[in-house]
Amino acid sequence: MEIFDNLALGFSVAFTFQNILYCFLGVLLGTLIGVLPGLGPVPTIAMLLPITFGLPPVAALIMLSGIYYGAQYGGSTTAILINLPGESSSVVTAIDGYQMARQGRAGTALATAALGSFFAGSVATFLLAVFAPPLADLALKFGPPEYFALMVLGLIASVALASGSVIKALAMVVLGILLGLSGQDVYTGTPRFTFDVIELADGIEFVALAMGVFGIGEIVRNLEDEHTRTVMVQKVKGLLLSKDDFKRIIGPVLRGTFLGSFLGILPGGGAILSSFASYSIEKKISRHPERFGKGAIEGVAGPESANNAGAQTSFIPMLTLGIPSNPVMALMIGALIIQGIVPGPNVVNEQPNLFWGIVASMWIGNFLLVVLNLPLIGIWVRLLTVPYHILFPLIVGFCCIGVYSVNNNEFDVFTMALFGLIGYVLVKLQCEPAPLLLGFIIGPMLEEYLRRAMLISRGDPLVFVSRPISATMLGLAALALLVVLLPSVRKKREDAFKE
Amino acid sequence: MVRFVKNPRNVATGLMLIAVAAFFVWQGSDLPMGRAIRMGPGYFPMILAGLLALLGLIVLLTGLTRPSDDEGSIALRHWPWRALALVTLAVVLFGFGIRPLGLGPSMWLAVFVSSLASSRFNILTGLLSACIMVAFSWAVFIKGLGLPLPMLGPWLGGY
Repeated sequence: MEIFDNLALGFSVAFTFQNILYCFLGVLLGTLIGVLPGLGPVPTIAMLLPITFGLPPVAALIMLSGIYYGAQYGGSTTAILINLPGESSSVVTAIDGYQMARQGRAGTALATAALGSFFAGSVATFLLAVFAPPLADLALKFGPPEYFALMVLGLIASVALASGSVIKALAMVVLGILLGLSGQDVYTGTPRFTFDVIELADGIEFVALAMGVFGIGEIVRNLEDEHTRTVMVQKVKGLLLSKDDFKRIIGPVLRGTFLGSFLGILPGGGAILSSFASYSIEKKISRHPERFGKGAIEGVAGPESANNAGAQTSFIPMLTLGIPSNPVMALMIGALIIQGIVPGPNVVNEQPNLFWGIVASMWIGNFLLVVLNLPLIGIWVRLLTVPYHILFPLIVGFCCIGVYSVNNNEFDVFTMALFGLIGYVLVKLQCEPAPLLLGFIIGPMLEEYLRRAMLISRGDPLVFVSRPISATMLGLAALALLVVLLPSVRKKREDAFKE
Repeated sequence: MVRFVKNPRNVATGLMLIAVAAFFVWQGSDLPMGRAIRMGPGYFPMILAGLLALLGLIVLLTGLTRPSDDEGSIALRHWPWRALALVTLAVVLFGFGIRPLGLGPSMWLAVFVSSLASSRFNILTGLLSACIMVAFSWAVFIKGLGLPLPMLGPWLGGY
């Protein structure tokens, strides 16, 4: 069985002292920062990205994935304990999780979230190991037109599945691509949109853009409505699940895992969509739907499993095709590129150590998460009560040194300040910054594949529709766009996201 | 005022997108376009800028015709100017200070100045968190991660 050989290779990479240490550090730091109110996975990863640059690629990616699960788990903890979801995918967890906490069952809710996530993470990691290599092999047969079509599909799908205005999100993607094209043109060396600034010759620094928009811009937005938040944290006790609880969560966890694994592969908010879907399914099939919203344990178990499974399987398109399905994966691709690795189908075959090491470390990371979080919950609870006005200046400080340390260049610090302003304006205009980041990362690749495709087709744009795979993908993209723009669907979609 | 503008937010967004697209067209107008078979550096950006302007136009038109169903004002006087200015200033100060002043003073400035942005600012916690952050960044970034950064820059007798 090839897969077991591969997994054995992966575990041999991941089970070195150094890599376990980085995995542990990642999970710890991720939870530490993710549990702070108002910080979701994207700013957490953007902020911690620079400290991984000095590490070897495998260790860096292992640590970053650790940070990701940690941050996500931290987000669920805040959702359950103080009804403040750190990110959109734990919005659903807050509904019943917070009610459970108010009934004195905070410990049970946290344990459910941890165990559900662990189970879902393990299954999804296995699925990743099974499906990623064949997908990568398939992708290796792709020519430039197929790649171009695939990226267009990915971008469109992520727009269609996101919340908010589709047109604005599309505009953000296009703007992101334009920003991503700045710097020297790869074919001719002509500087584009550099305004004769030498620091822009290599393009806009990705970390500066991400930290500016998601770090600094978000801080200003939080300061805008700085109400006095009285944080009432319930006492956490009884981290063990009763036999009855176990019986009740098995079904939701299994369904959530299945749903999340599938939806996570799709571009767009895999984790968000899957947690919403899981919640509504659990509510629908429950014999006591009236308990939902009043502290139903199923309402925590299902969405938490689904969102963790989705988080795991969203690595599949990133690792096999080099296409990010959400902003977190865009950051991962940025990290890979900075490490000198070109993301795409070649990673699986040419860097088996990296690929299988990451896969194995995911399982270890999920395991560490359970081991780490349940005993340390007391510390996390204390962190929750740090008021924002003390917290945010420290975040500004971290962002500054983080972005400076990427190239040891103050220009990046100024870029971050500028993108902080831009990020705030975009949020004010209700333009989601996430599609901008996706466009920024994909932009250069998109242009390259377009130019190559046109070169081999001798300038005939029909190449995209005459090749079956690319025609199918572009057709799907057009269909997805058409569907979300239809008035009736649009109305339903708005309602769905409002709920 | 005549209610020409049904949704000010979308009108502003549309105008901004069109302005940005125009900016890219202007900046990209010197770039060689090439032909479809061998695209020059200006080809793809020009297509994108056109697309951006089109999307901006759609947003603008919806803003003129469809009333907004969301609350929250985008009027400039409701903007958190103090927070915007101070947080940006803090970051810019860090950028200017990091080489001549070194990590210590510029980190101190960045943290202290940004803490002024909060309406719940308190001089004691502001000073305290600035000092803690300086100590922490020394321990983590200089000692721990070994960044090649002096604590005190050349202006303050460092190297």
